[in-house]
Amino acid sequence: MNPIDLGFDLRDVITAVLVLLAALMCFAAGVGLIRFPDVLSRLHAATKPQILGIMAIVADVAVTNPSVGTITLAVAIIVFQSLTAPVSAHMVGRAAYRTNHFRRDILVLDELTAQSFEQAHAPREIPPIDQVKG
Amino acid sequence: MIVVIIIAGLLFAAGAVGALWRIIRGPSALDRIIASDVLVATAMCAIGAEMAINRHTDTLPVLLGLALFGIVGSVSVARFLASRDDT
Repeated sequence: MNPIDLGFDLRDVITAVLVLLAALMCFAAGVGLIRFPDVLSRLHAATKPQILGIMAIVADVAVTNPSVGTITLAVAIIVFQSLTAPVSAHMVGRAAYRTNHFRRDILVLDELTAQSFEQAHAPREIPPIDQVKG
Repeated sequence: MIVVIIIAGLLFAAGAVGALWRIIRGPSALDRIIASDVLVATAMCAIGAEMAINRHTDTLPVLLGLALFGIVGSVSVARFLASRDDT
């Protein structure tokens, strides 16, 4: 099938790289969920496999089985995932802010409660990240 | 290839265990819903990795369904939780 004989199948190499990339994203999300201190920072960790991992895996499937149906489904999966993941993240983040499920002392910037631009961007004391307890 | 499969399986399992640990520990319902989203994303990645390694496309519609309806749980919980609840 390959016009150039490399001594190995190029699709195996692509599969290995993309599967390892997606697995690394999932592992990073798991570590982030355990280690990060509050809801908003865990939300940041959670989006890695939802977008990057799914994109790597679906591109992998499309590369190993290149046909019209597969590529159409792959594009549809990526489009719907990148439409729905930000919406749910926005809803969860808004609910976390409104019900005070976050650590106000480790926020860098809070434009929702500040009365003015200057107050929002005023310098504040932020504890070093290794002193923040998870 | 077998080494890649073992390493990827271990990484997927570690990510899923991290998400499960956060689901169990909480402390709030929002942490749990974020962790369950991560668990769904990890399952999607594992399903797709199996498809890519074995070179078939049988479970690609499952991925499409999960990508379409994964939003329902987290949005409804966030919406339901927004007005009350102090856990």
